Amino acid sequence: MRLFTHNMLSSNIKGVANGFPLRIEAEQVLEKQVDFNPDFLRNLFPKLEWKALVDGARALGYAELPEAADSSMLESEEFLRKVHHALLELHLEEGALTCPETGRKFPVNKGIPNMLLHEDEETSLQLPGSLVSQMLVRITGKQ
Amino acid sequence: MKLKQLESMLGQLQQFSNPKVELEQYPTGPHIASRMLYTAENSFGDVNNKIVADFGCGCGTLGAAASLMGAEQVIGIDIDSESLEIASLNAEDLELDINFIQCDIRNLVWRGSNVDTAVMNPPFGTRTKGADMDFLSVALKIASRAVYSLHKTSTREHVKRAALRDFGASSAEVLCELRFDVPRLYKFHKKREMDIAVDLWRFAPKTNQGN
Repeated sequence: MRLFTHNMLSSNIKGVANGFPLRIEAEQVLEKQVDFNPDFLRNLFPKLEWKALVDGARALGYAELPEAADSSMLESEEFLRKVHHALLELHLEEGALTCPETGRKFPVNKGIPNMLLHEDEETSLQLPGSLVSQMLVRITGKQ
Repeated sequence: MKLKQLESMLGQLQQFSNPKVELEQYPTGPHIASRMLYTAENSFGDVNNKIVADFGCGCGTLGAAASLMGAEQVIGIDIDSESLEIASLNAEDLELDINFIQCDIRNLVWRGSNVDTAVMNPPFGTRTKGADMDFLSVALKIASRAVYSLHKTSTREHVKRAALRDFGASSAEVLCELRFDVPRLYKFHKKREMDIAVDLWRFAPKTNQGN
């Protein structure tokens, strides 16, 4: 699992108000080279949760990203290459993602996170309107 | 990539070895998959350099097609670990780089609007009622540009109404009607092979601010 994916994935347990970002426990990390595409990164940058990326990278053993970033830094190839490396080239092969609210661990095996819930963790599909809008905010990220 | 070439490469993919009837696991054949993604890119520009999600990816055929048609990043999501294993092997065989997540689509919680295009061949809802609509509803929330999906032609009016009225789509268009050949996979299939008429749909979500 790359940090690109981690940056979008949230804990989906019933009742959790903010399940993002998931905390990373790394047991095995692999590095796989990916072609550098600066335009793609520049387009993606505004949609990234930067802190989650920085913390995630650190959990995977890469501490080169600055704590804060803004779009002016996108002109620097050096900066873009660091983003590229952290976002796309680091893979969590074995480990776990932990829900920040409940501490529940979602295992990651062979690079694939398992987000399947136990029955008591599943969100009920019969929801009052207010909860539905909360869910939509979580899913779409939009108020 | 030419359509014939795409179709031929997809034909090399491994399919379900033990399909699970309760999940309605049927392979998306190379004929349909190639046409879906070829059209998505050449008629609408929805694939090349984009972030594409394959919901209910199964053995990964649509995700692989998206990758071959130039998607920058592909995410394949499925509930079943055996399918995901086959999908991973398939990606490796074609030297494709696809991100996989194991998740029940109804419980997927996704931050942000990073996904441009969703592609899917969802269950038709013959086993779990409403499964096709669950998939469509989630896809329209997550994709910011377009959703491509297959639904039985017999459900055309229902699908259109649900998409536009209930799931916030700004448009719902049947691109073409295809024959989906369902090979005799399960014991309850009486015929050796069956053709189902399916519509290839393109849905656009409501335009978001700043898109």
